[in-house]
Amino acid sequence: MKEIRIHARAGQGAITTATILGYAYFIEGKFPYAFPNFGAARMGAPMNAFVRVDDKPVRLRSQIYEPDYLLISDATLLRGFNCFKGFKENGIAIINERESFPVPEHRPTQKIYVVPANDIAMETIGRPLGNTALLGAFVAATDEIKLDSLFESIKHRFSGKAVDQNLLASKKGYDYILTKKAAATRKVFAAAK
Amino acid sequence: MNELLEGSQAVAEAVRLCKPGVISAYPITPQTHIVEELASIIADGKLNAQFVNVESEHSAASVVLGSVATGVRSFTATSSQGLLLMAEVVFNIAGMRLPVIMTCANRAISAPLNIWNDHQDAITVRDSGWVQMHAENIQEAIDLHIQAYRIGEAPKIMLPVMVNMDGFILTHGLEVVDMPTQEQVDSFLPAYTPLYKLDVENPLTLGPLVDPDYYMEARFAVSETHKDVLKLIPLIQAEFQRTFGRSSGGLIEAYRLDDAQKVIVAMGSVCGTTKDVIDSLRSKGKKVGLLKIVTYRPFPIDAIYQALKDIPKVAVLEKAVSIGSYSPLLSEIRSIFSGKKKSPVISGFVIGLGGRDITIDSIKEVYKRLGPKPISEEYIDLKPELLEETI
Repeated sequence: MKEIRIHARAGQGAITTATILGYAYFIEGKFPYAFPNFGAARMGAPMNAFVRVDDKPVRLRSQIYEPDYLLISDATLLRGFNCFKGFKENGIAIINERESFPVPEHRPTQKIYVVPANDIAMETIGRPLGNTALLGAFVAATDEIKLDSLFESIKHRFSGKAVDQNLLASKKGYDYILTKKAAATRKVFAAAK
Repeated sequence: MNELLEGSQAVAEAVRLCKPGVISAYPITPQTHIVEELASIIADGKLNAQFVNVESEHSAASVVLGSVATGVRSFTATSSQGLLLMAEVVFNIAGMRLPVIMTCANRAISAPLNIWNDHQDAITVRDSGWVQMHAENIQEAIDLHIQAYRIGEAPKIMLPVMVNMDGFILTHGLEVVDMPTQEQVDSFLPAYTPLYKLDVENPLTLGPLVDPDYYMEARFAVSETHKDVLKLIPLIQAEFQRTFGRSSGGLIEAYRLDDAQKVIVAMGSVCGTTKDVIDSLRSKGKKVGLLKIVTYRPFPIDAIYQALKDIPKVAVLEKAVSIGSYSPLLSEIRSIFSGKKKSPVISGFVIGLGGRDITIDSIKEVYKRLGPKPISEEYIDLKPELLEETI
């Protein structure tokens, strides 16, 4: 079983993000349970969405306290909230980059990827909706699902020109992480020499 | 066919397959997505029904009372305050013997205002005469709606059925479900043929004034019919399994009760979390189990007695209270064993009020607290720091 926790503000599309991710897992034959937890019922309020996924139907209904993966849609939440609470020792976090909101302290075994998802979204969608870019980054960072499954899920979710825009955003998010990973590998090799 | 659907979408689709002719509802969190989806379905021409917009839940309930009284299959849905505003009509629907089907997306009751899940809404109208069933997951929510029409509209029954599903946890969660086909539902659920209906050609009065010479018999008759519902539900469950290829609904579900020493009794989605905890504790040699109550009204007294009579310790876990006394389910489970030679030690725990999250540790705590003496009305995950006097 894998557990993913999304940190966002109400109105930023966290439920859509969880739905798209859940559907991508579903395409691969997995059993996701994607669900939101609302705080105050108003736009801008901090909220979570979750995806719990397994090879068999998920029965556990609690929120996610020890996530394997974190998606931080809004980095302003890093101030005032401990988004890393319960974060697994070997977990992976994807953070939507925002100036002057540095990565919180974490264990060396935890992998943190900062992605300019909103910049990618401005380029591809024309609005600062970085969710699909973050999901592309998630695929590259975690190898949990195939990029094609994410593409299928995006096509299932969106219609009209939003399909291509979001496909492109997710591909750019994916490529961004691959480039980062490659650079990190080069560094390791260089150090070894 | 397997699909990944939000609980509300799934229920709306299940209702569509049941082909109601009238739907009336007033939006309230967390029921809203169900009726939004149904309004879209009708607007898109995918269901030949009239969606009656109303100004309140009282009116929504009154509309479906009226439409079923004229012999048209109908549907409504609500939550929390909405159900309370309907309450007067809810009792009337049962008293007039009208098989209205309602989804209750279970939510806490004000005050303080709270939109999150517990069972206080449904419990508050438990004595109305409605059949009340609780879904553990989204698949069961789908299946119970289809069964509800068969149960309520059975000529021997003619009673309304409320399908309960936990607000947000099930209404706003997405799960893989096997959505039945129209052919399957059609073969299981024939068109509604009312025993009686309002008809200008054959005038009839429903719900008239009856004096003390008649009233008691009307309530007695509903009560007697509930005994028939107890007999019918397992038959519907069996027929459902034959048609759809899966077991769903019924009166109760026993989960790993064989040789169990400690058993939790619960309703709704918390049963899923409890099953996970049971599997984990069983793998460590702990003999624990779950009795899931699917049908709360009529209360399956005999089935519960048979399932629990040899269990040493029972914990009744409930998301509702009866303030000033023991919680409803606790009182009722204890009453089953009153005067019986053999009885478990029955304890009661209140959990998850107003959406307080129920974790694996919450359930473990319940099993842990079960000792040789009965405990009544202990709250799980209560925050004592919030109870300190500040004024």
